[in-house]
Amino acid sequence: MCLAVPMRVEEIKGDPEDFTQDQIARVDMDGVSTTVRLDVVDRWPEVGDYVIVHAGFAIHSLDEAEAKKNIELIRELASHMPPELLMADGS
Amino acid sequence: MKFVDEYRHGDLVKPLAERLRNTTITRPVRVMEVCGTHTMSIFRSGVRTIMPAGMEIVSGPGCPVCVTSASHMDAFIEMAGKKDVRVAIYGDLFRVPGTHGSLAQASAKGATVDIVYSAMDALERARQHPNELVVFLGVGFETTTPGIAATIMAAARENIDNFCVFSTQKVIPGPLDALMQDPELSIDGLICPGHVSAIIGAKAYQPFVDSYGLACVVAGFEPADLLKALLLLSEQINEGTPRVDNIYPRVVSWEGNQRAIAMMDEVFEPVDMQWRGLGVIPASGLGIRDTYRQFDAQKRLSITLPEAHEPKGCLCGKVLKGITTPPHCPLFGTRCTPATPVGPCMVSSEGTCAAYHKYGQSESI
Ligand code: SF4
Repeated sequence: MCLAVPMRVEEIKGDPEDFTQDQIARVDMDGVSTTVRLDVVDRWPEVGDYVIVHAGFAIHSLDEAEAKKNIELIRELASHMPPELLMADGS
Repeated sequence: MKFVDEYRHGDLVKPLAERLRNTTITRPVRVMEVCGTHTMSIFRSGVRTIMPAGMEIVSGPGCPVCVTSASHMDAFIEMAGKKDVRVAIYGDLFRVPGTHGSLAQASAKGATVDIVYSAMDALERARQHPNELVVFLGVGFETTTPGIAATIMAAARENIDNFCVFSTQKVIPGPLDALMQDPELSIDGLICPGHVSAIIGAKAYQPFVDSYGLACVVAGFEPADLLKALLLLSEQINEGTPRVDNIYPRVVSWEGNQRAIAMMDEVFEPVDMQWRGLGVIPASGLGIRDTYRQFDAQKRLSITLPEAHEPKGCLCGKVLKGITTPPHCPLFGTRCTPATPVGPCMVSSEGTCAAYHKYGQSESI
Protein backbone atom coordinates (compact mmCIF):
# COMPACT_ATOMS: atom_id res chain seq x y z
CA MET A 1 0.00 0.00 0.00
CA CYS A 2 1.45 3.34 -0.98
CA LEU A 3 1.28 6.04 1.64
CA ALA A 4 1.10 9.29 -0.24
CA VAL A 5 1.16 11.53 2.82
CA PRO A 6 4.57 13.13 3.29
CA MET A 7 6.02 13.10 6.79
CA ARG A 8 7.91 16.01 8.28
CA VAL A 9 11.53 15.31 9.27
CA GLU A 10 12.17 16.24 12.91
CA GLU A 11 15.60 14.75 13.53
CA ILE A 12 18.30 12.99 11.52
CA LYS A 13 20.82 10.36 12.55
CA GLY A 14 23.68 9.25 10.35
CA ASP A 15 25.57 10.49 7.34
CA PRO A 16 24.59 10.11 3.66
CA GLU A 17 28.03 8.78 2.72
CA ASP A 18 28.57 6.51 5.69
CA PHE A 19 26.72 3.23 5.30
CA THR A 20 28.43 1.65 8.31
CA GLN A 21 26.15 3.65 10.60
CA ASP A 22 22.39 3.69 10.78
CA GLN A 23 20.71 6.25 8.53
CA ILE A 24 17.52 7.14 10.31
CA ALA A 25 15.13 10.05 10.58
CA ARG A 26 12.54 10.73 13.21
CA VAL A 27 9.45 11.96 11.41
CA ASP A 28 6.13 13.37 12.39
CA MET A 29 2.82 12.49 10.87
CA ASP A 30 -0.26 14.11 12.33
CA GLY A 31 1.45 14.52 15.68
CA VAL A 32 2.58 10.90 15.79
CA SER A 33 6.30 10.43 15.87
CA THR A 34 7.94 7.47 14.17
CA THR A 35 11.31 6.55 12.70
CA VAL A 36 12.09 5.80 9.07
CA ARG A 37 15.23 4.62 7.28
CA LEU A 38 17.09 7.00 5.00
CA ASP A 39 19.21 4.36 3.22
CA VAL A 40 17.47 4.72 -0.15
CA VAL A 41 16.10 8.28 -0.09
CA ASP A 42 16.87 10.11 -3.36
CA ARG A 43 18.07 13.31 -1.70
CA TRP A 44 19.33 13.48 1.86
CA PRO A 45 16.76 15.62 3.70
CA GLU A 46 17.21 18.37 6.23
CA VAL A 47 15.17 18.89 9.36
CA GLY A 48 11.93 20.58 8.25
CA ASP A 49 11.82 18.81 4.88
CA TYR A 50 9.20 16.20 4.06
CA VAL A 51 9.72 12.59 3.05
CA ILE A 52 7.54 10.09 1.22
CA VAL A 53 7.82 6.76 3.01
CA HIS A 54 7.28 3.25 1.69
CA ALA A 55 7.45 0.19 3.99
CA GLY A 56 9.61 1.96 6.55
CA PHE A 57 12.01 3.53 4.04
CA ALA A 58 11.96 7.14 2.88
CA ILE A 59 12.04 7.00 -0.94
CA HIS A 60 11.81 10.70 -1.76
CA SER A 61 12.39 13.97 0.01
CA LEU A 62 10.87 17.33 -0.78
CA ASP A 63 10.95 20.72 0.87
CA GLU A 64 7.81 22.55 1.78
CA ALA A 65 8.28 25.11 -0.99
CA GLU A 66 8.47 22.36 -3.61
CA ALA A 67 5.28 20.84 -2.30
CA LYS A 68 3.46 24.18 -2.38
CA LYS A 69 4.65 24.92 -5.91
CA ASN A 70 3.03 21.73 -7.08
CA ILE A 71 -0.28 22.64 -5.56
CA GLU A 72 -0.22 25.90 -7.47
CA LEU A 73 0.45 23.96 -10.65
CA ILE A 74 -2.52 21.69 -10.18
CA ARG A 75 -4.76 24.61 -9.30
CA GLU A 76 -3.69 26.40 -12.45
CA LEU A 77 -4.32 23.40 -14.64
CA ALA A 78 -7.72 22.93 -13.11
CA SER A 79 -8.85 26.43 -13.96
CA HIS A 80 -7.11 27.00 -17.29
CA MET A 81 -7.31 23.72 -19.12
CA PRO A 82 -9.08 24.63 -22.37
CA PRO A 83 -12.11 22.41 -22.82
CA GLU A 84 -11.72 22.30 -26.61
CA LEU A 85 -8.45 20.52 -26.04
CA LEU A 86 -10.31 17.65 -24.58
CA MET A 87 -13.32 17.62 -26.86
CA ALA A 88 -13.18 15.59 -29.99
CA ASP A 89 -15.41 16.82 -32.79
CA GLY A 90 -18.22 14.72 -34.19
CA SER A 91 -19.18 12.16 -31.59
CA MET B 1 -0.11 17.90 6.54
CA LYS B 2 -2.03 20.95 5.45
CA PHE B 3 -0.78 20.94 1.90
CA VAL B 4 -1.95 17.38 1.37
CA ASP B 5 -5.50 18.31 2.23
CA GLU B 6 -5.49 20.85 -0.54
CA TYR B 7 -5.27 18.10 -3.13
CA ARG B 8 -8.56 16.75 -1.86
CA HIS B 9 -10.16 20.14 -1.72
CA GLY B 10 -13.40 20.41 -3.63
CA ASP B 11 -12.37 23.64 -5.39
CA LEU B 12 -9.53 21.78 -6.97
CA VAL B 13 -11.37 18.61 -7.78
CA LYS B 14 -14.70 19.93 -9.04
CA PRO B 15 -13.50 21.64 -12.23
CA LEU B 16 -11.46 18.58 -13.12
CA ALA B 17 -14.41 16.28 -12.52
CA GLU B 18 -16.61 18.56 -14.63
CA ARG B 19 -14.14 18.42 -17.49
CA LEU B 20 -13.84 14.67 -17.31
CA ARG B 21 -17.59 14.27 -17.33
CA ASN B 22 -17.79 16.44 -20.45
CA THR B 23 -14.98 14.73 -22.27
CA THR B 24 -15.89 12.92 -25.46
CA ILE B 25 -13.86 9.96 -26.53
CA THR B 26 -13.61 9.39 -30.27
CA ARG B 27 -13.48 5.60 -30.02
CA PRO B 28 -13.87 3.02 -27.27
CA VAL B 29 -10.71 3.03 -25.20
CA ARG B 30 -9.38 1.03 -22.34
CA VAL B 31 -6.97 2.39 -19.77
CA MET B 32 -5.20 0.37 -17.14
CA GLU B 33 -3.72 1.11 -13.76
CA VAL B 34 -1.12 -1.18 -12.22
CA CYS B 35 -0.99 -0.07 -8.61
CA GLY B 36 -3.09 -1.40 -5.74
CA THR B 37 -3.29 2.05 -4.20
CA HIS B 38 -4.63 3.49 -7.46
CA THR B 39 -7.22 0.70 -7.53
CA MET B 40 -8.50 1.66 -4.10
CA SER B 41 -8.29 5.39 -4.68
CA ILE B 42 -10.22 5.20 -7.97
CA PHE B 43 -13.05 3.37 -6.22
CA ARG B 44 -13.00 5.50 -3.10
CA SER B 45 -13.04 8.82 -4.94
CA GLY B 46 -15.94 7.82 -7.18
CA VAL B 47 -13.92 8.54 -10.31
CA ARG B 48 -15.47 5.46 -11.93
CA THR B 49 -18.91 7.00 -11.87
CA ILE B 50 -17.92 9.99 -14.01
CA MET B 51 -15.87 8.21 -16.64
CA PRO B 52 -16.62 9.48 -20.14
CA ALA B 53 -18.76 7.12 -22.23
CA GLY B 54 -16.57 4.71 -24.12
CA MET B 55 -13.73 4.81 -21.63
CA GLU B 56 -13.12 1.74 -19.55
CA ILE B 57 -10.67 1.53 -16.69
CA VAL B 58 -9.22 -1.82 -15.70
CA SER B 59 -6.88 -2.91 -12.95
CA GLY B 60 -3.75 -4.75 -14.00
CA PRO B 61 -1.18 -6.75 -12.06
CA GLY B 62 -0.41 -4.03 -9.53
CA CYS B 63 -1.11 -5.75 -6.24
CA PRO B 64 2.06 -7.57 -5.14
CA VAL B 65 0.31 -10.17 -3.00
CA CYS B 66 -2.17 -10.94 -5.78
CA VAL B 67 0.48 -11.58 -8.43
CA THR B 68 2.46 -13.93 -6.18
CA SER B 69 2.12 -17.35 -7.79
CA ALA B 70 0.42 -20.25 -6.06
CA SER B 71 3.69 -22.23 -6.14
CA HIS B 72 5.54 -19.42 -4.38
CA MET B 73 2.80 -19.40 -1.75
CA ASP B 74 3.21 -23.15 -1.31
CA ALA B 75 6.99 -22.80 -0.99
CA PHE B 76 6.53 -20.04 1.62
CA ILE B 77 4.18 -22.19 3.65
CA GLU B 78 6.44 -25.22 3.42
CA MET B 79 9.41 -23.17 4.55
CA ALA B 80 7.52 -21.70 7.51
CA GLY B 81 7.03 -25.25 8.79
CA LYS B 82 10.75 -26.02 8.90
CA LYS B 83 12.46 -26.44 12.24
CA ASP B 84 14.23 -23.34 13.60
CA VAL B 85 12.90 -21.16 10.82
CA ARG B 86 11.12 -17.91 11.63
CA VAL B 87 9.34 -16.37 8.68
CA ALA B 88 8.87 -12.60 8.55
CA ILE B 89 6.22 -11.18 6.23
CA TYR B 90 4.20 -8.11 5.36
CA GLY B 91 0.76 -8.57 6.91
CA ASP B 92 -1.14 -8.84 3.64
CA LEU B 93 0.42 -12.22 2.90
CA PHE B 94 -0.79 -13.89 6.08
CA ARG B 95 -4.16 -15.17 4.88
CA VAL B 96 -3.39 -15.82 1.22
CA PRO B 97 -4.33 -19.42 0.45
CA GLY B 98 -1.83 -21.84 -1.03
CA THR B 99 -2.75 -25.29 -2.26
CA HIS B 100 -2.98 -26.58 1.31
CA GLY B 101 -3.80 -23.80 3.71
CA SER B 102 -2.24 -20.39 4.34
CA LEU B 103 0.59 -18.99 6.44
CA ALA B 104 -2.09 -18.14 9.01
CA GLN B 105 -3.05 -21.79 9.24
CA ALA B 106 0.60 -22.87 9.33
CA SER B 107 1.13 -20.45 12.19
CA ALA B 108 -1.85 -21.90 14.08
CA LYS B 109 -0.21 -25.30 13.69
CA GLY B 110 3.03 -24.10 15.26
CA ALA B 111 5.05 -22.45 12.48
CA THR B 112 6.67 -19.18 13.53
CA VAL B 113 5.35 -16.35 11.39
CA ASP B 114 6.12 -12.74 12.33
CA ILE B 115 4.32 -9.85 10.70
CA VAL B 116 6.71 -6.96 10.15
CA TYR B 117 6.38 -3.50 8.69
CA SER B 118 9.72 -3.38 6.90
CA ALA B 119 12.64 -5.62 5.94
CA MET B 120 14.76 -3.85 8.58
CA ASP B 121 12.30 -5.07 11.22
CA ALA B 122 12.90 -8.62 9.98
CA LEU B 123 16.64 -8.10 10.41
CA GLU B 124 15.96 -6.90 13.94
CA ARG B 125 14.12 -10.19 14.61
CA ALA B 126 17.28 -12.02 13.49
CA ARG B 127 19.31 -10.05 16.03
CA GLN B 128 16.76 -10.94 18.72
CA HIS B 129 16.61 -14.65 17.83
CA PRO B 130 20.19 -15.74 17.10
CA ASN B 131 19.29 -19.43 17.24
CA GLU B 132 16.68 -19.24 14.52
CA LEU B 133 17.00 -18.55 10.82
CA VAL B 134 14.85 -15.52 10.02
CA VAL B 135 13.56 -15.61 6.44
CA PHE B 136 12.01 -12.45 5.08
CA LEU B 137 9.56 -13.06 2.25
CA GLY B 138 10.19 -10.43 -0.39
CA VAL B 139 6.86 -9.83 -2.09
CA GLY B 140 6.75 -6.51 -3.85
CA PHE B 141 7.76 -4.21 -6.67
CA GLU B 142 10.48 -1.62 -7.18
CA THR B 143 9.13 0.36 -4.23
CA THR B 144 10.21 -2.23 -1.67
CA THR B 145 13.25 -3.72 -3.43
CA PRO B 146 15.70 -0.90 -2.56
CA GLY B 147 14.85 -1.18 1.15
CA ILE B 148 15.36 -4.94 1.03
CA ALA B 149 18.70 -4.39 -0.72
CA ALA B 150 19.71 -1.93 2.02
CA THR B 151 18.71 -4.50 4.63
CA ILE B 152 20.77 -7.28 3.01
CA MET B 153 23.74 -4.91 2.82
CA ALA B 154 23.31 -4.07 6.50
CA ALA B 155 23.18 -7.79 7.36
CA ALA B 156 26.37 -8.36 5.35
CA ARG B 157 28.12 -5.46 7.10
CA GLU B 158 27.17 -6.68 10.53
CA ASN B 159 27.82 -10.33 9.66
CA ILE B 160 24.35 -11.37 10.70
CA ASP B 161 24.37 -14.98 9.68
CA ASN B 162 20.85 -16.06 10.64
CA PHE B 163 19.03 -13.80 8.19
CA CYS B 164 18.04 -14.36 4.59
CA VAL B 165 15.46 -13.27 2.02
CA PHE B 166 13.19 -15.34 -0.19
CA SER B 167 12.92 -12.94 -3.09
CA THR B 168 9.91 -12.92 -5.37
CA GLN B 169 10.49 -9.22 -5.99
CA LYS B 170 9.13 -8.15 -9.34
CA VAL B 171 9.52 -5.29 -11.78
CA ILE B 172 6.62 -3.48 -13.45
CA PRO B 173 7.87 -3.00 -17.03
CA GLY B 174 8.16 -6.78 -17.64
CA PRO B 175 4.48 -7.69 -17.26
CA LEU B 176 3.44 -4.49 -19.05
CA ASP B 177 5.29 -5.65 -22.09
CA ALA B 178 3.61 -9.06 -21.86
CA LEU B 179 0.19 -7.43 -21.50
CA MET B 180 0.78 -5.11 -24.45
CA GLN B 181 1.46 -8.12 -26.63
CA ASP B 182 -1.65 -9.96 -25.49
CA PRO B 183 -4.21 -9.90 -28.30
CA GLU B 184 -7.08 -10.54 -25.88
CA LEU B 185 -6.41 -7.25 -24.20
CA SER B 186 -6.08 -3.98 -25.99
CA ILE B 187 -4.82 -1.24 -23.76
CA ASP B 188 -4.71 2.33 -25.04
CA GLY B 189 -3.51 4.14 -21.97
CA LEU B 190 -1.72 3.56 -18.70
CA ILE B 191 -1.92 5.32 -15.36
CA CYS B 192 1.67 4.68 -14.29
CA PRO B 193 2.14 3.68 -10.65
CA GLY B 194 3.18 6.62 -8.44
CA HIS B 195 5.75 5.16 -6.10
CA VAL B 196 7.17 2.53 -8.43
CA SER B 197 7.83 5.43 -10.79
CA ALA B 198 9.51 7.40 -8.00
CA ILE B 199 12.17 4.68 -8.08
CA ILE B 200 12.42 3.75 -11.78
CA GLY B 201 11.64 7.21 -13.17
CA ALA B 202 9.05 8.36 -15.70
CA LYS B 203 11.45 7.45 -18.49
CA ALA B 204 10.74 3.76 -17.87
CA TYR B 205 7.48 4.13 -19.86
CA GLN B 206 8.97 5.80 -22.93
CA PRO B 207 9.67 2.41 -24.61
CA PHE B 208 5.92 1.62 -24.39
CA VAL B 209 5.11 4.90 -26.11
CA ASP B 210 7.66 4.16 -28.82
CA SER B 211 6.81 0.49 -29.41
CA TYR B 212 3.08 0.35 -28.79
CA GLY B 213 1.82 3.93 -28.97
CA LEU B 214 0.68 3.63 -25.37
CA ALA B 215 -0.54 6.84 -23.75
CA CYS B 216 1.13 7.16 -20.33
CA VAL B 217 0.51 9.44 -17.37
CA VAL B 218 2.47 9.13 -14.13
CA ALA B 219 0.06 10.05 -11.34
CA GLY B 220 -0.24 10.33 -7.58
CA PHE B 221 -3.09 8.97 -5.51
CA GLU B 222 -5.31 11.95 -4.80
CA PRO B 223 -8.62 12.43 -6.63
CA ALA B 224 -7.18 15.49 -8.40
CA ASP B 225 -4.23 13.40 -9.60
CA LEU B 226 -6.47 10.66 -10.96
CA LEU B 227 -8.90 13.01 -12.66
CA LYS B 228 -6.06 14.83 -14.32
CA ALA B 229 -4.48 11.57 -15.38
CA LEU B 230 -7.70 10.48 -17.09
CA LEU B 231 -8.09 13.88 -18.77
CA LEU B 232 -4.58 13.76 -20.13
CA LEU B 233 -4.98 10.18 -21.29
CA SER B 234 -8.16 11.16 -23.17
CA GLU B 235 -6.31 14.04 -24.74
CA GLN B 236 -3.34 11.91 -25.80
CA ILE B 237 -5.62 9.22 -27.21
CA ASN B 238 -8.02 11.59 -28.98
CA GLU B 239 -5.21 13.55 -30.57
CA GLY B 240 -3.15 10.50 -31.38
CA THR B 241 -0.15 11.91 -29.54
CA PRO B 242 0.94 9.26 -27.06
CA ARG B 243 3.69 10.36 -24.69
CA VAL B 244 4.73 10.15 -21.06
CA ASP B 245 3.14 12.93 -19.02
CA ASN B 246 4.33 13.23 -15.45
CA ILE B 247 1.76 14.93 -13.23
CA TYR B 248 3.40 13.68 -10.04
CA PRO B 249 6.64 15.68 -10.27
CA ARG B 250 6.46 16.38 -6.54
CA VAL B 251 7.61 12.78 -6.11
CA VAL B 252 8.61 11.37 -9.52
CA SER B 253 11.50 12.54 -11.71
CA TRP B 254 12.31 11.51 -15.27
CA GLU B 255 15.42 9.62 -14.22
CA GLY B 256 14.13 8.11 -10.99
CA ASN B 257 15.81 7.65 -7.63
CA GLN B 258 19.46 6.99 -8.51
CA ARG B 259 20.49 6.15 -4.99
CA ALA B 260 17.80 3.48 -4.71
CA ILE B 261 18.56 2.10 -8.19
CA ALA B 262 22.27 1.78 -7.35
CA MET B 263 21.44 -0.10 -4.18
CA MET B 264 19.05 -2.45 -6.01
CA ASP B 265 21.71 -3.15 -8.66
CA GLU B 266 24.29 -3.89 -6.02
CA VAL B 267 22.25 -6.70 -4.47
CA PHE B 268 19.76 -7.88 -7.10
CA GLU B 269 19.89 -9.10 -10.69
CA PRO B 270 17.09 -9.75 -13.20
CA VAL B 271 15.69 -13.28 -13.21
CA ASP B 272 12.75 -14.97 -14.92
CA MET B 273 9.78 -14.83 -12.59
CA GLN B 274 6.49 -16.63 -12.26
CA TRP B 275 3.39 -14.43 -11.91
CA ARG B 276 -0.08 -15.48 -10.97
CA GLY B 277 -2.23 -15.30 -14.08
CA LEU B 278 0.62 -14.27 -16.35
CA GLY B 279 2.95 -17.28 -16.15
CA VAL B 280 6.72 -16.97 -16.32
CA ILE B 281 7.88 -13.65 -17.74
CA PRO B 282 11.56 -13.32 -18.71
CA ALA B 283 13.65 -10.95 -16.59
CA SER B 284 10.56 -9.73 -14.73
CA GLY B 285 11.85 -10.67 -11.29
CA LEU B 286 14.80 -9.82 -9.11
CA GLY B 287 17.02 -12.50 -7.60
CA ILE B 288 19.86 -12.03 -5.15
CA ARG B 289 23.30 -11.79 -6.76
CA ASP B 290 25.93 -14.42 -6.05
CA THR B 291 28.00 -11.95 -4.01
CA TYR B 292 25.19 -12.00 -1.44
CA ARG B 293 24.25 -15.67 -1.84
CA GLN B 294 24.36 -16.39 1.88
CA PHE B 295 21.30 -14.13 2.18
CA ASP B 296 19.40 -15.96 -0.54
CA ALA B 297 16.87 -18.24 1.15
CA GLN B 298 16.25 -20.26 -2.00
CA LYS B 299 19.94 -21.19 -2.27
CA ARG B 300 20.50 -21.55 1.43
CA LEU B 301 17.53 -23.83 2.02
CA SER B 302 17.67 -25.46 -1.44
CA ILE B 303 14.07 -24.58 -2.23
CA THR B 304 12.53 -25.78 -5.46
CA LEU B 305 9.17 -24.44 -6.45
CA PRO B 306 6.42 -27.06 -6.17
CA GLU B 307 3.74 -27.58 -8.82
CA ALA B 308 0.70 -25.71 -7.63
CA HIS B 309 -2.84 -25.08 -8.70
CA GLU B 310 -4.97 -21.99 -8.56
CA PRO B 311 -7.78 -22.12 -6.00
CA LYS B 312 -10.68 -23.96 -7.65
CA GLY B 313 -13.04 -21.68 -9.55
CA CYS B 314 -11.02 -18.54 -8.84
CA LEU B 315 -10.60 -16.15 -11.77
CA CYS B 316 -7.83 -14.05 -10.19
CA GLY B 317 -5.51 -14.82 -13.08
CA LYS B 318 -7.91 -13.21 -15.54
CA VAL B 319 -8.78 -10.38 -13.17
CA LEU B 320 -5.07 -9.53 -12.87
CA LYS B 321 -4.76 -9.25 -16.63
CA GLY B 322 -7.78 -6.98 -16.83
CA ILE B 323 -9.57 -9.52 -19.04
CA THR B 324 -12.46 -9.98 -16.66
CA THR B 325 -13.86 -8.10 -13.68
CA PRO B 326 -14.64 -9.65 -10.27
CA PRO B 327 -18.46 -9.60 -10.59
CA HIS B 328 -18.04 -12.07 -13.46
CA CYS B 329 -16.54 -14.61 -11.06
CA PRO B 330 -19.27 -17.02 -9.90
CA LEU B 331 -17.71 -17.14 -6.44
CA PHE B 332 -17.61 -13.36 -6.00
CA GLY B 333 -19.62 -12.22 -2.99
CA THR B 334 -21.01 -15.70 -2.41
CA ARG B 335 -18.34 -18.22 -1.53
CA CYS B 336 -15.60 -15.62 -1.83
CA THR B 337 -15.78 -12.60 0.49
CA PRO B 338 -13.14 -10.68 2.46
CA ALA B 339 -14.03 -12.82 5.51
CA THR B 340 -13.79 -16.08 3.55
CA PRO B 341 -11.44 -15.30 0.66
CA VAL B 342 -10.89 -17.94 -2.01
CA GLY B 343 -8.22 -16.14 -4.01
CA PRO B 344 -5.52 -13.54 -3.31
CA CYS B 345 -7.40 -10.73 -5.10
CA MET B 346 -9.97 -10.92 -2.31
CA VAL B 347 -7.45 -11.35 0.55
CA SER B 348 -5.30 -8.36 -0.15
CA SER B 349 -6.71 -5.07 1.07
CA GLU B 350 -5.78 -3.60 -2.30
CA GLY B 351 -6.83 -6.53 -4.47
CA THR B 352 -9.32 -5.81 -7.25
CA CYS B 353 -11.91 -8.26 -5.89
CA ALA B 354 -11.65 -6.71 -2.43
CA ALA B 355 -12.11 -3.25 -3.96
CA TYR B 356 -15.22 -4.29 -5.89
CA HIS B 357 -16.59 -5.96 -2.79
CA LYS B 358 -15.93 -3.05 -0.48
CA TYR B 359 -17.29 -0.38 -2.77
CA GLY B 360 -20.27 -2.40 -3.94
CA GLN B 361 -19.56 -2.12 -7.62
CA SER B 362 -21.64 -4.92 -9.06
CA GLU B 363 -21.40 -3.86 -12.70
CA SER B 364 -18.29 -3.36 -14.72
CA ILE B 365 -18.12 0.03 -16.31
S1 SF4 C 1 -13.93 -13.21 -6.34
FE1 SF4 C 1 -12.58 -14.59 -5.17
S2 SF4 C 1 -12.59 -16.48 -6.33
FE2 SF4 C 1 -13.37 -14.91 -7.70
S3 SF4 C 1 -11.55 -14.12 -8.79
FE3 SF4 C 1 -11.81 -12.84 -6.99
S4 SF4 C 1 -10.52 -13.79 -5.43
FE4 SF4 C 1 -10.81 -15.32 -7.03
